[in-house]
Order: sequence, then structure tokens, then C-alpha cells
Amino acid sequence: MLAKRIIPCLDVRNGEVVKGVQFRNHEVIGAIEPLAERYAQAGADELVFYDITASSDARVVDKSWVERIARLIDIPFTVAGGISSITQAQEILAMGADKISINSPALRDPNLINALVEEFGQQCIVIGIDSFYNAETNAYEVYQFTGDETRTQKTAWQTRDWLREVIARGAGEIVLNCMNQDGVRKGYDIEQLKMLRADCPVPLIASGGAGSMEHFEQVFKQADVDGALAASVFHKGMIEIKALKQSLQRAGIAIRPV
Amino acid sequence: MTQQNLVIVDTACANLSSVRFAFERLGVTPDVTADAARIAAADRVILPGVGTAQAAMRNLQRLELVETLQSLQQPVLGICLGMQLLTDWSAEGEVNCLGVIPAQTVRLQAGELPLPHMGWNTVSAVGDNPLLRNMDAEAWFYFVHSFAVAKDDSTIAQCRYGQEFAAMIRHKNYFGAQFHPERSGQAGAQLLKNFLELTDADTRA
Repeated sequence: MLAKRIIPCLDVRNGEVVKGVQFRNHEVIGAIEPLAERYAQAGADELVFYDITASSDARVVDKSWVERIARLIDIPFTVAGGISSITQAQEILAMGADKISINSPALRDPNLINALVEEFGQQCIVIGIDSFYNAETNAYEVYQFTGDETRTQKTAWQTRDWLREVIARGAGEIVLNCMNQDGVRKGYDIEQLKMLRADCPVPLIASGGAGSMEHFEQVFKQADVDGALAASVFHKGMIEIKALKQSLQRAGIAIRPV
Repeated sequence: MTQQNLVIVDTACANLSSVRFAFERLGVTPDVTADAARIAAADRVILPGVGTAQAAMRNLQRLELVETLQSLQQPVLGICLGMQLLTDWSAEGEVNCLGVIPAQTVRLQAGELPLPHMGWNTVSAVGDNPLLRNMDAEAWFYFVHSFAVAKDDSTIAQCRYGQEFAAMIRHKNYFGAQFHPERSGQAGAQLLKNFLELTDADTRA
């Protein structure tokens, strides 16, 4: 049976792993390789590396660490951050990344999704969506350039419409970052994920809000997502991946045992 | 492990580096090449591949590697799309493939489940499978695909996602794995090690 995936996310800036609260005030967590290796050995099913400054600075991710990670770990990993051309995607994939994740550049030029899918195949093109719940309008709105708070801006897209658009263009997987929940560890946005699951025929990964093991159980059971991404609870040692997987297994969720 | 001449066919596809790194972690330095003579002379050949069958076959034709790959006598392992290329035909682009394993690649019928089939799933051997030696009867491997080889006589391992499909296939010296051993932790490493340790008897069946 296909296992639900536990995916530690490492936000990378200047070659170091950082973590912010609600996408802001980034603090340094540590070097990339030891963290990546530790998570792979601890039973992570996959890793995501977001170069959070890349899109906002209009430069591509610093590439050297991608190959170092690819040599080191034996689980799949995704690289995100400022990949806005076929050439840049080719470089990252050639260095051994399994998937690339596109966010702001896809909003700027949606045709990029089609071009990447055509060139590399649907299986390695992930679309990241930063979605903010606007209580005033009671709508989910898509944001871009969320790596840099001075440049973060609302787009004209509502989340469901953008999701349908990227899927029509061939996206192979969706990571939905629920911005209201990010970094505050009060649980995933079950309501939003559940609603969007119905519109998402490709794998859907929940992101933003994990604070306890119960949160993972809830998001798998209630929103039926394929994977759950989290950062701070793992970086700060609040949740051990092995214990999390054992707990989810006991709860009857399909999990790859550590 | 005995040092041997392992060639990874340079199909210029995306997972080539991770396949190379996986062998390097086992202490083997593969030769990554699209040179027909070097491929023919290798002790072991890996055919990696991601993307679409149509583009990959076009690429092999452009590289003039079709006949070379069809006439290999040494152990060959096709990975993911590389496995599908070993079959007779793929529904992905309705294209004729290398035809060294009598099987067909069709769209995975997953029902309501998301596609691509992406993530870790269990694989169990069907009959004698020398590549799954020394591991659990149900081993976990990482999959990413929307097309799959239908179960038939060439199936040597199966997996289930909406339907049962061939996780591994084999004909004579040609082996294929739908999943990515290079990204499948210890089980994947064991499989690649088993491939390097295949004996003549293993490839004669």
C-alpha cells in the first residue's frame, strides 16, 4: 500500500538552513548536509529544500549544495527557489534533485509549467502554492515572493482557481502552504486542504501548521493528503520522526516503517 | 565487492546523476557513456530514464543505440522509464520500444487515487527474483510514474496501486524496476548490490 509521506522541509538561505514564523524573522538552524542526512536516517520519506530568498532576489539557488545532497542521501528530494527557466531546471535536475518545485515564476509566467512538464516529464514538476485565508473577504488568496516579507504580494488568483490552472498545465504534485498556519504549530488547515483535495487529482502535500503528532494524524485522516510537510517541529526536536511514524502506524495510517 | 566495468547509458535524462551517486555509495565508479562500443563491452549496463517513452526512444534513436541495447548479453537493469523502454511497446505516445522483454507498458488504472503514483510502496517478489535477495518479503521502494507494465509472464515482482502491476520484469539477462532503487534507502542499495553480484546462472533463466 502506498505510504503517506513525512516530509521535513529545509528552508535554505546562503547555504544554511533557516526557519521563520509566518514566513518572517528567519533564524539560522544549521548547516544543510548534517540535517539532511540526519532526517534521511531518521526515516523521513522525502526532503524539500526551499531557497527562500531566491525568487525575491531574482537569482537561482546556489547550486553546489544540490549535488552534495544528492551524493549523500538515498531518499528523494525536491529543490525549490527561483527556478524560472528550462536551463535552470535542467541544471538542478542534472545535479541529482528528483523534483523541482516552482512557485512565484509560475505565477509570473504560467506557460513555464507546460514547458517544464514537456521537457522533463510531469513526475518531477511540483507546484508550490502560498495560500492566505482572507477573513474579510472569506476567500483563499494566492501570494507570491513570500520568501521576502518586503516583497510579498497578493496575486489576482484565488487558490482554487490557481490550483485548477496549474493542474491543467500538467503539474505533477502540489505543495499547499497555508500561510496563516505557517510556523505557529496550531495544526494544518484541514478545512482548506479538504476542500482543495477534491480539485486535486495529483498528489497533494500539506504544508504549514504542524505542531504535534495529532496534527499529522488529522491531516492524513481528515484531508486525505498524500504527504505532510513540516519544518520547525523537526528542526527543534519537538517531534522525532521515528516516534511520529510509530504513532501514525498505530492510528492505522499507511506508513513506511523506519 | 569485485571491481567491475559498470556502464550507465547516458540518456541525458534527469535521474542519471542520482543513479551514478547510488553506485558510488556502494564503492563502484560507473562509466556514464552513450558510446555504443563501451556499452557493448561493459560487465553490467544500467538504462536510467525519466520523462516520456516517446522522447526517450527518439533520443536512443538519435544516439544510434537501439541495436546495441537490443543485443546485449551481460546483465542489464532498466530503471523506471528505463524499464518501460525494455518492453515491446508503450501506450505513452504509442511508441515501439526496445522489445527485449515481452511485455507492454500501459496507463496505470488507479481509479480515484491520485496520479502519478508517487511515494513509497511495498514490492513483493513473484517467483525467483535474484535482485530481491537478502531483504524483507515486502520491501519498500520509491515510485514515481503514471504508466506501468501490466502483470504477465515476465513479472518478477508486483506492487499494488489501484490495481496490481509489474514492479519488476525480466527476460533472460534484461531486468527492469519500475521504482527508483537509487532513491529507495537501504532496500534500494541492496537491490543495486544484488545486481552487481548477479551470476551467470542468474541471467540464464
